[in-house]
Amino acid sequence: MNNILLIDFGSTYTKITAVDVDQEKVLGTARGITTVETDIMDGLNQALTALFAKTGRLEFGKVLGCSSAAGGLKMIAVGLVPEMTAEAAKRAALGAGAKVLKVFSHELSEYEIEEIEELKPDIILLAGGTDGGNQKVIMHNAKMLAGLNLDVPVVVAGNKSVTPKVVKILSEKHTEVRPTENVMPKLDELNIEPARIVIRDIFLKRITEAKGLNRANKMVDRLVMPTPAAVLKASELLSQGGDGEPGLGDLMVMDIGGATTDVYSIAKGDPTVGGVSLKGLSEPFGKRTVEGDLGMRYSAGALLKAAGAEMIASYAGSSPEEAAAYTAKVEADIDYLPQTDIEANIEIAMGKACVRLSTDRHVGHLETYFTPFGTSYVQTGKDLTKVAIVIGTGGVIVNHNKPEEILKGIVFDETNPQTLKPRQPDFFIDKDYIMASMGLLGEEYPATAVRMMKKYIVNK
Amino acid sequence: MTNKVKVVLGVIGADCHAVGNKILNHAIAAAGYEVINLGVLVPQEEFVNAAIETDAKAILVASLYGHGEIDCRGLRDRCREAGIEDIKLYVGGNLVVGKTDFDEVEKKFLGMGYNRVYEPGTLPDVVIADMKEDLK
Repeated sequence: MNNILLIDFGSTYTKITAVDVDQEKVLGTARGITTVETDIMDGLNQALTALFAKTGRLEFGKVLGCSSAAGGLKMIAVGLVPEMTAEAAKRAALGAGAKVLKVFSHELSEYEIEEIEELKPDIILLAGGTDGGNQKVIMHNAKMLAGLNLDVPVVVAGNKSVTPKVVKILSEKHTEVRPTENVMPKLDELNIEPARIVIRDIFLKRITEAKGLNRANKMVDRLVMPTPAAVLKASELLSQGGDGEPGLGDLMVMDIGGATTDVYSIAKGDPTVGGVSLKGLSEPFGKRTVEGDLGMRYSAGALLKAAGAEMIASYAGSSPEEAAAYTAKVEADIDYLPQTDIEANIEIAMGKACVRLSTDRHVGHLETYFTPFGTSYVQTGKDLTKVAIVIGTGGVIVNHNKPEEILKGIVFDETNPQTLKPRQPDFFIDKDYIMASMGLLGEEYPATAVRMMKKYIVNK
Repeated sequence: MTNKVKVVLGVIGADCHAVGNKILNHAIAAAGYEVINLGVLVPQEEFVNAAIETDAKAILVASLYGHGEIDCRGLRDRCREAGIEDIKLYVGGNLVVGKTDFDEVEKKFLGMGYNRVYEPGTLPDVVIADMKEDLK
């Protein structure tokens, strides 16, 4: 018997999954309230009691954890041009599982420095300039960040020619300054893996302690990564396979929450039709985007604004007034659950709108140029029209009685053909809510994690 | 990366003539410059963004399809706005439709803030000689 306990310290709940690795079986799942303000072990013990009530007492050979508790891993990204190094830095932070509070570009001003002090990030990612390119701006920004009234870990991932100087300037103020490879070494070439590794390392060494998560060390062998990074890892494993176990190819994962909607795509996203040229910053193979204005509760008002009452009403078969009234109601009372059929339909419609808008922003777009020599097509971002597997995870989808209805928002829209969304995907639900746990398990047992996801999530 | 002088190259606007672009890329790179080639169908904004991040010393704009005047107008202002007011701007190709006197065309583009204007049929060597002069 080889049991492993996988823990996800969430912002609200501490979710645990007990796995028998030899039998490749989920022994049980349970949850407690996350108690990071007092002692994180209280909530974990509560969850364990609930688990043992179902499974009987278990012994674990290994305990691994991920966390989005205490605000998650809060980062700011600083770059030069918004569409270039600033965007590359943002993608690196998102890929590391961070919550990106804000992205700054060009030369930082004193006001922006004050703003950063108020945002209190856990880590700052500083980029700017291609290798051998612009030096002036990253040097200026290093000096400005050295004037911060905070001691924050800074990851330096900009123009390599001035990295030593930048590190020197920052080290005068900040205890932890870590140089790594440029997030955009050449124009439009994305290189986020080295920055991701450094961010994760800082998370392990410093952030868990600063947030009081290390109290869990009594029981947890390793708190390996932020929760979104675990979900990304699980998605990559399921797509690419691991340790001899084949993967399923291109896929997408949706996670709707109360405040944000996360979209993951594991796919190269090259053009699927001929005669299309690619443009812009290259895309990460495993890509995560987060929409802070699309959510079911805290962001319900912002969702209404982004989607429009008509869109939600048309999905729900209600009037726009009813849709607007319900979103206001749930934003004010975040524990509210739908009581009538109309409310239940609006709830589904809100989820579907979150999925639709977040994927519209995640996927690539095709532009048509009418030139004197005929029509030309230019693609920016990923073509995900051929993605056949879409997985829903996260509390909202997992606990819903009609999750497929919500996920339908991801499907390609014939009236909007330039937005390259999946045309005919099959939907799967992470009904046991084990995706993050499988990302953790995959750290030690990749093949087992792949087989278990095939068995528990993508089973037809 | 190298310490070579960098130049941004591309075909502006809704123009997709790729052959001349490839020849220029080859010739300029062979002359010892690092070419950041944006290819065809390039909007003004992308020329400017690329020049900022790479710290390029010149932007080489080509336009072959006759709409060059419309596409090229305002690029100098954009550079000023973006803080790279000192960058050299070169332009060449079939900049206007029909057989217009080249002196007039040159005058017009110099007035728009370009440093060098090339008439149709100019060989890469001429451009490279100018670059050696301008980008010391």
